[in-house]
Amino acid sequence: MSFVEYGDTIKDGDTAIVFLGHESMFPVKVQHGGVTQTKYGVIRHSTDLIGKKYGSKVTCSKGGWVFILHPTPELWTVNLPHRTQILYSTDISVITMMLELKPGSIVCESGTGSGSLSHALIRTVAPTGHLYTVEFHQQRAEKAKEEFREHGVEHLVTVTNQDVCKNGFGVSDIADAVFLDIPSPWEAIGHAKSALKAEGGRICSFSPCIEQVQRTCLAMEENGFTEINTLEILLRVYNVRTISLQIPDLGKAAEDNSSPGFDSSNPSTQGSPGTNLQQGTVQFKSGVPLREMVGHTGYLTFATKSLL
Amino acid sequence: CMDRNKYPMPITCPRICEGDCAVLKRGDVFKAVPVLRRRKIIFEKQWFYLDKAIGHAYGTTFEVTSDGNLQPKRKVEEAPTETKEAGTDNRNIVDDGKSQKLTHDDIKALKDKGIKGQEIVQQLIENSTTFRDKTEFAQDKYIKKKRKKYEALITIVKPSTRILSTMYYAREPGKISHLRYDTLAQMLTLGNVRAGNKMVVMETCAGLVLGAVMERMGGYGTIIQMYPGGGPVRAATSCFGFPKHFFNNLHEFPLSKVDSLLCGTLSVETLPSEPEDTTLTEEEMNGLADEKQTSVQGTEEESSAETAMEINQTEEQETMDVNAEDAECKESKERENKENVREKQRKQWERRKKLTETAALLRERNADGLLVASKFHPTPLLLSLLEFVAPSRPFVVYCQYKEPLLECYTKLRERGGVVNLKLSETWLRSYQVLPDRSHPKLTMSGGGGYLLSGITVVLDKGKSDSSNSEALKMEEPSAKRCKVQDLCC
Repeated sequence: MSFVEYGDTIKDGDTAIVFLGHESMFPVKVQHGGVTQTKYGVIRHSTDLIGKKYGSKVTCSKGGWVFILHPTPELWTVNLPHRTQILYSTDISVITMMLELKPGSIVCESGTGSGSLSHALIRTVAPTGHLYTVEFHQQRAEKAKEEFREHGVEHLVTVTNQDVCKNGFGVSDIADAVFLDIPSPWEAIGHAKSALKAEGGRICSFSPCIEQVQRTCLAMEENGFTEINTLEILLRVYNVRTISLQIPDLGKAAEDNSSPGFDSSNPSTQGSPGTNLQQGTVQFKSGVPLREMVGHTGYLTFATKSLL
Repeated sequence: CMDRNKYPMPITCPRICEGDCAVLKRGDVFKAVPVLRRRKIIFEKQWFYLDKAIGHAYGTTFEVTSDGNLQPKRKVEEAPTETKEAGTDNRNIVDDGKSQKLTHDDIKALKDKGIKGQEIVQQLIENSTTFRDKTEFAQDKYIKKKRKKYEALITIVKPSTRILSTMYYAREPGKISHLRYDTLAQMLTLGNVRAGNKMVVMETCAGLVLGAVMERMGGYGTIIQMYPGGGPVRAATSCFGFPKHFFNNLHEFPLSKVDSLLCGTLSVETLPSEPEDTTLTEEEMNGLADEKQTSVQGTEEESSAETAMEINQTEEQETMDVNAEDAECKESKERENKENVREKQRKQWERRKKLTETAALLRERNADGLLVASKFHPTPLLLSLLEFVAPSRPFVVYCQYKEPLLECYTKLRERGGVVNLKLSETWLRSYQVLPDRSHPKLTMSGGGGYLLSGITVVLDKGKSDSSNSEALKMEEPSAKRCKVQDLCC
């Protein structure tokens, strides 16, 4: 296994995802002799995991079972240990496409944070591209390095522990794209410009507040960036439900026992004649939006470093 | 597009070459065109030739000269902002329709004289009696509006998924089932599309989704495109201008053969839509198939005269020219006829060989992902095509409408072998960001389609019923349990 290559079977040292059910999962480091507790009982790595196929159902000690999934950047994003606020896959998708990332791209990123975006970037630019990520918090930078090593992607990423606003990305004239998720991105636009290739490239800055966006846009314009475009992406998730709605009793049933306008093939709507107390129902499938949804993560500002 | 090998080009030097597929950009409007000499291009009500753009770097902005040539634009020398005079409000500005002293004819005369757009805008400002009374913001807006109209600036950019998916959504949304670009972006991420994968792609989006997948795989790995009808449509794919080797591991397989492949009764003797389509595959590579197929199948898609891709037309032109020459020389034609028959047989044999190879790839049932984005009902596609996917791999289905995905969701639950099913939609909102004038843009897209995604797991066929009920308990929460879960989110 690695985060940039699928493997069929679970091996010692892999990071696997234990899937318990609806949005309930966690990552586990597979180790000979290791054990993992779940609410369905114990999983013994040597016998239950190692050598098994990814996607297998694993029965735990109490008789319940879980699925073991191959890690992907998307599964990692919803399971990683948070050291900071992170970017989720909805924003990451748009960032990746709008920065025109693909195998071979050279990307600069700051800050590394919890590495949610980093894993997705590495996945996309592998096997020939590279990620230069800058994190000014020493502990976080160390932790990120360790994770990249564990996930088999260290050869695709360079972590630098410095202040991007003061010292830049540590590279120049090399990047196809730059991504900024820092409190004052406008202070790093000049560094971003020099990190990008002379022939041009793309930049994206993520900020939660509109005031940050305004300052960033100004800095981009001053630095000669073009195609400056700010957008926001919102995810709406739907639960699939079977809904049944009662047909109201309008007192008509006595005279007219067939209810026109409704699907009479539905058994529940075929009220027995004469029983106006027995209410019919209509059933249908619906995609019901979650009661609460994420209303705002951040504004994404994109721009192009142009030739002139 | 075209033969890239004829124009060897180091990757580090992105210059516009003859035969390239390029995208023209004016403001937010895009158009994909092949770069050819002495060919008139019409874009945004202007005509010009691309000849003089050849050799310039991608990303260069050009001005259209009055003789239809492109001239690289020098760095914008901002007109020295004279001490600006501006009003504070519009209480005294009356719309009498007489504020502009230049008439239509005056403006036309200026244009005919070949006066640059920049100067026309300056004249319009000078001849506007109300300009000085407008607020600074209103002046800014006025200038921007006029510049957009009179300054004919065209940027030539390299095609990418970003540009082509934006272009298609704006110009021909019907051809891509209204798949908005941010939705396509979600598909690529949810499907974990990357170098080295073995992907199954079923799309009727003019080859745009295929192109997006090819871009993300960078020529590494394998793609199997499932196609309905006589052959895969790749008009949009050809706009990406991929190098030839990207097509080495691109395979195609007819949808109509999927059932027999799954039952083990596949025969390669009868290929779909023989014989007139046997020559189609090669043309498809050049993006010709789109229009042909729509006419053959009589689908509802409007094939507008001015399609986004003019490539199609040129290719057609060339083949027509060749045919005309043939007619003049009967003898060689006869000889060629014989050769044609042989050629056809060879092609047919080749197609069968390729089909057998692709069938073998599918039979391994170890694909790393499945992407579906089509005008067909997704349920039967999913139930069959998931058979080719290995366990613990993502799949994503796009549909313009939500309802078919509700059914697909239910059927997949009944089938089992999938977890983490998610029905979703994204909303995209654009912002105007200007000092003291920041706000969401007036209009936003109302529909970009829906996605159903999930992850495959090992399907234990023996006791699928019991595991299903268990899975349902786990994943489709009852109304009460859902309350709790909604709160946790």
